Amino acid sequence: MSFPAAIRWKGIGWQRLITPLAFLAVTFAVIFLPAERSGWNFEATVSFLAFFGTFVAIYAIFVLGLNVQWGYTGIFNFGILAFFLVGANVAAIVTKSPAEGDFVQYVGGFGDDLNLLPFLDSDQWLPSIVGILAAMAFCGVLAALLAVPMLRLREDYLAIITIGIAELLRRITIEERELVNGTRGLSGIPRPLDNLVEAADYKYVILAISVAVLIIVYFAVERGIRSPWGRVLRALREDELATAASGKNVFAFKAQGFVLGAMIMGIGGALYAYAASAIGPDTFTHFFATFLFWAMLIVGGSGNNKGAILGAYIVWGLWVITLQIQGYDLPDIISGRIFFIRDFILGALIVIVLLLRPQGLMPEERRVSIWVQRHAGDAPSPRAPPGEARAPSD
Amino acid sequence: MAQTRLVRRLDIWDRLNDALRAQGDRLLLAGLWLFFLTFGAWAILTETDAFAIGVVTGSVLALGAIGLTLIFGILKFAHFAHGDSMMLAAYIAFFLLTGTMVGDRTDTQALPFTLNDLPGATERLPWIDAFGGGDFSFGYGLLLALLLTALVMGGLFVILDRLVYRPLRRRHSSIVILAIASLGIAISMRSVILVFWASSPRFYVPGIRPTTDLPFDVRIVTDQIFIFVAAMLTAALVYFLLFRTKLGKAMRAIADNSDLAQVSGINTEQIVIWTWVISGALVSVAGVMLALQARLSPELGFVLLLPLFAATILGGIGSPQGALVGGMIIGISQEVAVSFDFISPGYKFSVAFVILILILLVRPRGLFGAKA
Repeated sequence: MSFPAAIRWKGIGWQRLITPLAFLAVTFAVIFLPAERSGWNFEATVSFLAFFGTFVAIYAIFVLGLNVQWGYTGIFNFGILAFFLVGANVAAIVTKSPAEGDFVQYVGGFGDDLNLLPFLDSDQWLPSIVGILAAMAFCGVLAALLAVPMLRLREDYLAIITIGIAELLRRITIEERELVNGTRGLSGIPRPLDNLVEAADYKYVILAISVAVLIIVYFAVERGIRSPWGRVLRALREDELATAASGKNVFAFKAQGFVLGAMIMGIGGALYAYAASAIGPDTFTHFFATFLFWAMLIVGGSGNNKGAILGAYIVWGLWVITLQIQGYDLPDIISGRIFFIRDFILGALIVIVLLLRPQGLMPEERRVSIWVQRHAGDAPSPRAPPGEARAPSD
Repeated sequence: MAQTRLVRRLDIWDRLNDALRAQGDRLLLAGLWLFFLTFGAWAILTETDAFAIGVVTGSVLALGAIGLTLIFGILKFAHFAHGDSMMLAAYIAFFLLTGTMVGDRTDTQALPFTLNDLPGATERLPWIDAFGGGDFSFGYGLLLALLLTALVMGGLFVILDRLVYRPLRRRHSSIVILAIASLGIAISMRSVILVFWASSPRFYVPGIRPTTDLPFDVRIVTDQIFIFVAAMLTAALVYFLLFRTKLGKAMRAIADNSDLAQVSGINTEQIVIWTWVISGALVSVAGVMLALQARLSPELGFVLLLPLFAATILGGIGSPQGALVGGMIIGISQEVAVSFDFISPGYKFSVAFVILILILLVRPRGLFGAKA
């Protein structure tokens, strides 16, 4: 693995260039391809980017949730699908009006009852907020139910259990038709702040909402992780026994990490339901709803919230770029199976990242507190920890 | 005086507690066995058809689970690519047999020579006349394809170990990192199947398959007898290998305590390679039998993971006998459960999950598992 000495010169390792280069390459492709495809139509390109940004923000929320579970607490959740499914369906049946018609059946439908403050146009925002809260609550309860018996077992058991619960819930939504409309799925999920702008411009509203929620979740998680509570999580990820020896209830902290991550995934699920406006069994496949988020976290860098967001951006960027490429005049042998090739590349990408750059694009920051360094800046101390990020030693 | 009595009472209490705990574990195990055996006996009597099919499904699951438990025991990580490997093996056998793959848009012949071109390779193997019933649906071509596939998969597993798992092991990555890598490989394997053979289901031999009437009014497809017998033979072979050869002894030693095995002069890396070769062969037999029992479909691989892991954990991780029994229990429960009116067939694979949860709650080390 060699690289021109000019770049290594003065200690600028070429590995440092990977992150900015990957970011720039994806950004370029995500702007250039749709612009070129639409014949340099500004409107169409911006509209595409708004959709792209919305889903990046929503998926980034999921990846932040996964980061709390895996990156910080070391809990091995292979069933993100379960929380995605619960979050999206709960939010949908809370916000929708009661079911009517022969081919539509689902429980709930409290959207109209939730218009509690009519003078504030509450039908535009209150049901959506209640939907998000309900999604968080249901995901939290599901995670707690799973945590009680399972977190005491080996970590890979939990991975199998979470795959199992995801498959079971998926089956239940398909088989029990009166629950969330079976294979037909739910459509026409009310969108928050729908009457604020014209229908054509709504994409900017949902983009703003998603990004705002992402920012809130990001700062909440950062705050939590940099607190004493978060340090316990990271400590028990590294060594449960040592953490227990210093008087921490390992099981309680693990359960809290798991539940918190699940609730964040619930928020993501609810936002997905609002943004997509239609959900169904086709949405909730193991590949899309579990594997993709893992790919985002591994690529971005587990244990780093900025990395989680960057991973969501890069992987979803690669995902949509394939859609754009498909529009070009490709030979049949490729265009017919470009999606399968994309799946292969994603699977291989995970393995390659684990092998060549296990810390991901943005490695975890290994320092106890930012204040140490700032303090060290005032009064140089020989014991100041190196500010540079280090690769996690697995 | 009072103090001595208290101490003595505590002592008795402690001893009672210990005795109960030791006996309780045995009682629990006996209870579990009693439960599964009663269920099996009841199923034989009332749901004979479902039981017979369950035995066939169970033998396929058992083959998969034996390979999974070997990897789990010796390499210590959950091999999430196992189900997809089974499916990939089934497709490789299909390719060797028929040479069919998707070209530009439609199926094309990609091989100049296929096993079906061998003289008489498609002629159906005969089922013993004395028992009555139709012949098997396939010829000896499939058996040859199975042998070649076993070699291919063994080689593929060794290559994957060299490229992926060994570098991770050398870096002392946690078992979880290895498991995530295997998930990435699983996704890649599934997409390889989709790229070359598309998503529509395929069969080794098209058309209706002959059936056989067994005693007690059970009618099954003749191929299913073959599946059961082949699975039992393979399991016996694995048993012989593990318990009657030096290689098997070394494998069991590593599964027991790999550090101790290493200091007593066992070449761990070599045993790891053999483990992958054997798992590759097992995966191939299991995959081909699965495709013979159900169909070739890329989606089946991931769905199968749950019953496979349930069988492995139910039997006890690292125990091949356990995997055999676990596979049978899971297979029979699945088929019997969906033969009830109140359980929809869609829940077939969720049965495994329910059993898995129950076993993890009461006895996480499974029926044959060693003490943790």
